[in-house]
Amino acid sequence: MEILVCVKRVPDTAENEIVVNSKGTDIERGDLVYSVNEWDNYAVEEAIQIRDNAGGSVTVVTVGDGDAEEILRREMAMGADKGILLSDDAFNGSDGKGIAAILKAEIAKGQYDLILTGAQADDGAAQVGGMLAAMLDMPYASLVNKIEIVSDKVIKIGREIEGGNQEMSEIDLPCVLSIQTGINEPRYVGIRGIRKVASVEIPVHGAGDLGIAAGSVGAAGARVKRVDYFVPPMGEGAEMLEGSTDEIAEKLIELLKSKGGIK
Amino acid sequence: MTQPIFAYISHKNGTADDSAFELIVAAKKIDPAAAVTAVVCGAGAELDAVCSTMAAVYPDVWKVSNPALAYPNAEVLRGVLVSILPAGAITLAPHDTFGMDLSPGLSIKLNAAFVPDVVGIEGIDGANLKTIRQEFGGQVSTHVLCDISAGAVLNVRSGCFLSDDSKASGSVTDKSGQAGDCKAKRRFLEVVAAEVGDVDITKSDVLVSVGRGIEDQENIGIAQELADTIGAVVSCSRPIVDAKWLEKARQVGTSGKTVKPKVYIALGISGSFQHLGGIKGNPFMVAINKNPKAPIFQVADIGIVTDLLEFVPELTDKIKEMK
Ligand SMILES: Cc1cc2nc3c(=O)[nH]c(=O)nc-3n(C[C@H](O)[C@H](O)[C@H](O)COP(=O)(O)OP(=O)(O)OC[C@H]3O[C@@H](n4cnc5c(N)ncnc54)[C@H](O)[C@@H]3O)c2cc1C
Ligand SMILES: Nc1ncnc2c1ncn2[C@@H]1O[C@H](COP(=O)(O)O)[C@@H](O)[C@H]1O
Repeated sequence: MEILVCVKRVPDTAENEIVVNSKGTDIERGDLVYSVNEWDNYAVEEAIQIRDNAGGSVTVVTVGDGDAEEILRREMAMGADKGILLSDDAFNGSDGKGIAAILKAEIAKGQYDLILTGAQADDGAAQVGGMLAAMLDMPYASLVNKIEIVSDKVIKIGREIEGGNQEMSEIDLPCVLSIQTGINEPRYVGIRGIRKVASVEIPVHGAGDLGIAAGSVGAAGARVKRVDYFVPPMGEGAEMLEGSTDEIAEKLIELLKSKGGIK
Repeated sequence: MTQPIFAYISHKNGTADDSAFELIVAAKKIDPAAAVTAVVCGAGAELDAVCSTMAAVYPDVWKVSNPALAYPNAEVLRGVLVSILPAGAITLAPHDTFGMDLSPGLSIKLNAAFVPDVVGIEGIDGANLKTIRQEFGGQVSTHVLCDISAGAVLNVRSGCFLSDDSKASGSVTDKSGQAGDCKAKRRFLEVVAAEVGDVDITKSDVLVSVGRGIEDQENIGIAQELADTIGAVVSCSRPIVDAKWLEKARQVGTSGKTVKPKVYIALGISGSFQHLGGIKGNPFMVAINKNPKAPIFQVADIGIVTDLLEFVPELTDKIKEMK
């Protein structure tokens, strides 16, 4: 099984307070800690497990700048066989459709049976996988939390739907799946693993290599554009308890008692 | 604006989803004068029931009936919608597990722009529609301009456009003949119900809920001890279940359980809409989080900015002393 996994480098929301800059044009990026998008990490783990059982290879690909290479190496340290960086100034400012179009151009150069994305990335768009599938004319399933290889033509998948229920389907290969967290337990990657792949060469493909016309992607080709960042007015918001730990705890206990929170 | 607006109606067992009543409100925000059509796809008597409910809300209802649509398989429905929708249409769908499956690909096939997870609509500005979205788990919001000149697909977040008692005496048009062959390369097999756990968190009046801020599996004991002391049950957010620290049956949220407690104590939970979507009945909510900007503070009644790993054991000790 030849598997391609699309991965994205994102600010790690568990590690960072996201703050809007003074002009509202962007978030403050100076001190952000970046990592691989949480959902993509599950997708790579799943791909590695399928390869280990069914044979084949795992390629990880990202659209990003030079810094994005580090996440390809991280996923290769996990066990992906190959990394490809899609990078070009012309890609800057792409909307979801632009990213999907860039990925499609790379995919068209290879032969993949299975293409995985994360269910969603940092802006919670959950769009690139479904767009990519439609562009490739391949069947698609989102929020996949189970994959069972039936043959080299068809696989059985579970989608996580509301209430934690699971929708089981059969889907023909080649296909695109977006992966939901919890499908597996992604393996730990140590410093030693990263060192091992530190000198592996990662090809970089730009618009010219991919045959992408200038203006069809990037800011020029985007029909969906973010105009600003802002923090909405808090509305009522919570009453914040302040003071010493003792004072806060006492106040909270009183409140909980009055609301039936302490039995 | 002269573009027609269509709303995809989700329904189950003959009852329309809440989103059906919200999408028309969203449509009117785009253009108060627009002709809005409800698109209802399915099979059998259930389909007719939903169509007549929708005719009381939407001025026009399109019905697509086919045995292949008895279960909403997004792969099949995408083909149906591409066949029946006119060029340049604006299509609204819910941003739920179905809409996430359907809409990104639909926008490509319709050659329309796509805006996912819309939480607000500010109106039309020339060729653009101005919408509001959230990023980074709701920590920041953004205005998004979408060029709708060739049409658009919008996925709308549940609960953001509250139903407004829209009344209509709409007519139902049968579009089944134009739906195409309803075949797809993904075939629905069955729905497997979520596992039942040892503890039923939906039965407890008081929940102590842990999120990723608990940092380590061992620390869950801190929450358990607080819960034992006050007579509560421990529930959690999704990352705790993904990490296999607690069983799935303890997860609160759209892909977990819907709970209706009197008191909800959130420890190290940021307040994503998928988590909050599982909390109903407006409980008295206490949020303990070390990030003062965490979105949970916008919905909680009481907020405490602190390291829960230090604060919660002290709180538990104090309650024990008092008892
Ligand atoms: C289709 C879909 C369905 C989903 N369904 C659900 C669902 O049903 N339920 C659900 O919960 N999520 C669900 N999610 C995931 C959801 O989007 C969020 O990723 C998740 O809710 C985040 O969980 P969290 O708040 O625990 O973690 P985070 O967002 O990482 O927040 C952790 C918080 O802990 C705080 N913190 C860290 N350390 C400390 C400390 N020592 N003391 C105090 N505070 C600390 C941080 O400031 C942060 O605010 C779903 C996602 C998708 C795509
Ligand atoms: N720049 C990118 N490079 C590679 N893959 C991406 C990129 N952006 C998004 N993806 C993939 O699409 C998924 C969904 O992202 P999004 O639609 O942006 O929420 C991610 O989990 C990735 O798998």
